Amino acid sequence: MNPKSNPFAHQSSGARLAESAAFGLFRGATYFILLCATMIFGVIVVKGSGTVFKASPPFVNWTFLTASPETLYVFEFEGKKMELGDKAFREFKAARGLDEIEAESYAHSAGGIWPCITGTFWLVIGSMGIALFIGVSSAIFLSEYSQQGRMVELIRLAILNLAGVPSIVFGLFGLGLFVHFMPVVAGFDDPSTPSFPIGFGHWLNFSGWGICLASGWFTLAFMALPVVIAASEESLKAVPRGFREGSLALGATKWQAIRTNVLPYALPGMLTSSILGIARVAGETAPILFTAAYVMRDSAPGGGLLDFLGQGVMALPYHIYVISSKIPQNEFTERVQYGTALVFLGLVTAIAMTSILLRIRMRNRYRW
Amino acid sequence: MNATFETRMDTLPQAARGSQQGAPDTSDPMIEIDHLDFYYGANHALRDISLQIPGHQVTAFIGPSGCGKSTLLRCFNRMNDLIEGTRIGNGQIRIHGIDISDPAVDTIALRRQVGMVFQKSNPFPKSIYENIAYGLQIQGVRDRRRLDEVVEKSLRGAALWDEVKDRLHTSALGLSGGQQQRVCIARAIAVEPSIILMDEPCSALDPIATAKVEELIHELKKNYTIVIVTHNMQQAGRCSDMTAFFYLGQLIEMGKTEKIFTNPVQKQTEDYISGRFG
Ligand SMILES: Nc1ncnc2c1ncn2[C@@H]1O[C@H](COP(=O)(O)OP(=O)(O)O)[C@@H](O)[C@H]1O
Ligand SMILES: [Mg+2]
Repeated sequence: MNPKSNPFAHQSSGARLAESAAFGLFRGATYFILLCATMIFGVIVVKGSGTVFKASPPFVNWTFLTASPETLYVFEFEGKKMELGDKAFREFKAARGLDEIEAESYAHSAGGIWPCITGTFWLVIGSMGIALFIGVSSAIFLSEYSQQGRMVELIRLAILNLAGVPSIVFGLFGLGLFVHFMPVVAGFDDPSTPSFPIGFGHWLNFSGWGICLASGWFTLAFMALPVVIAASEESLKAVPRGFREGSLALGATKWQAIRTNVLPYALPGMLTSSILGIARVAGETAPILFTAAYVMRDSAPGGGLLDFLGQGVMALPYHIYVISSKIPQNEFTERVQYGTALVFLGLVTAIAMTSILLRIRMRNRYRW
Repeated sequence: MNATFETRMDTLPQAARGSQQGAPDTSDPMIEIDHLDFYYGANHALRDISLQIPGHQVTAFIGPSGCGKSTLLRCFNRMNDLIEGTRIGNGQIRIHGIDISDPAVDTIALRRQVGMVFQKSNPFPKSIYENIAYGLQIQGVRDRRRLDEVVEKSLRGAALWDEVKDRLHTSALGLSGGQQQRVCIARAIAVEPSIILMDEPCSALDPIATAKVEELIHELKKNYTIVIVTHNMQQAGRCSDMTAFFYLGQLIEMGKTEKIFTNPVQKQTEDYISGRFG
């Protein structure tokens, strides 16, 4: 066939040009994102590795992962440049009987980030528990029990809007409600706050919980709620109607039907989507800024239950914020910054991966 | 009415109760409907329906799709309560002489007496054993021996025992479509209802599985009153004693199945049965 007469031959036209331009733009945008992501991850991994790992066995810098933050002292001694953490520096001086050595001190630049890791861990666990309990309960109410209508739509809208509230506002909300207002039981009538006697020589003082784990838990949980409720309602809807009708037709109460034939099949979806949502929230600094985070704590949270709940904690995102903006910047703080960022990134990735793996496994288990 | 459905049920004569021994009492109507009007919101789905369903017989509801067969069936165990905006406008449904639309009737007790098998077979994604035992377990029965007995009896009742006795503890979802539907029937009879409602139970089954279920229905009517909705004219002819034909929310005609199929009174019934519409 004569190529000139081929009716399907390529022809360049305005439409074709526009198509390549548009396509090129979309491709460019995608590559740009990829580039940014690579740069962010690349820089953190490369720079952070220097802190978290080391060249000689055991290759992991255990001190950084398991010690508390300390002040770093840099000084010259007998012509050698030395870098020592607070404790080591004092022992060094004591061993040599020296009172004072002229040294430069750098806050938070020695030791490790163990209290931050455990603090973040406990913040995640606690807020996850609270968010799941409240979220799953209200999802069950909204999609299984309530009369579908304007009221429920309004509630859903309100919850959806909650997702758009800036995190710093949640932080302020937590500060106002939990830190400064929530009641505590005490053996005395606090004169500076509203109090109610509850008998047995005790009073309910509305003096707030203070900056502590409990305040942080509830603040983070409220932030995660929209995601948890949405995910839970989704999962409940995915359970076939037939399971509900089947059990109701056998004379089950609504709660029996839900408990035995809806929740077990919805729970995997609820859990995995919620974990993902909570992992995101756990990375936020603003909500814990006023409610739970301390600049410095020597040890991991512990003690009895009330002590445990009532103590402030260090947390990875807040620690990064502190060492990046609240203390003088130099090469020593930079090491800790990138190291902390890398550990944090690893932790969040691990949580996300776990939830995704869990979801895949559960999906395979429950099929209908 | 002061008495709950359950207490009234206990005072019924033995013969009227489904799975008990005794001569089936076919003269007594099990379900009586008087001038029933039913609405989905503003949609007037059932219009002035009056009929009587005899005990220990199979009654078939036929009619073109959308004529209200399922709606009427779901009135008998108040499954329509689950759909918002539904209401009975007028009339009465009496089961064993008790008006079941009375708010005093406990739907839980009612549904134990009036079992249901759905169009889309819906075994729970649990083991076969757990599926059958479910109805008793939610009543609080924990006794293993009793459960074992009921499971075997129900599966035998549903003509499924020989096929599944070696795999009771495997998932019911691993069964064929026909077997799954028979699991649903076994599950329904495990709670010893007196009436079993079936909404197009064979519409998703192949002819061989359908034949098995039909045979089972024939067997079941010794102990239960059965109401079956079907799309399939031959099926209604094969397995029912009474047939009711509905059209556009109205009962057009009801009578003995042979009579309806051979010599219907109404022109619409004849047209439908001979396949001229529907
Ligand atoms: N859930 C529902 N909400 C509103 N209308 C419904 C619903 N289910 C059925 N209907 C209406 O009721 C009428 C009867 O339906 P149905 O009883 O399902 O008919 P059939 O079982 O005879 O095919 C139809 O007009 C249908 O549109
Ligand atoms: Mg139908």
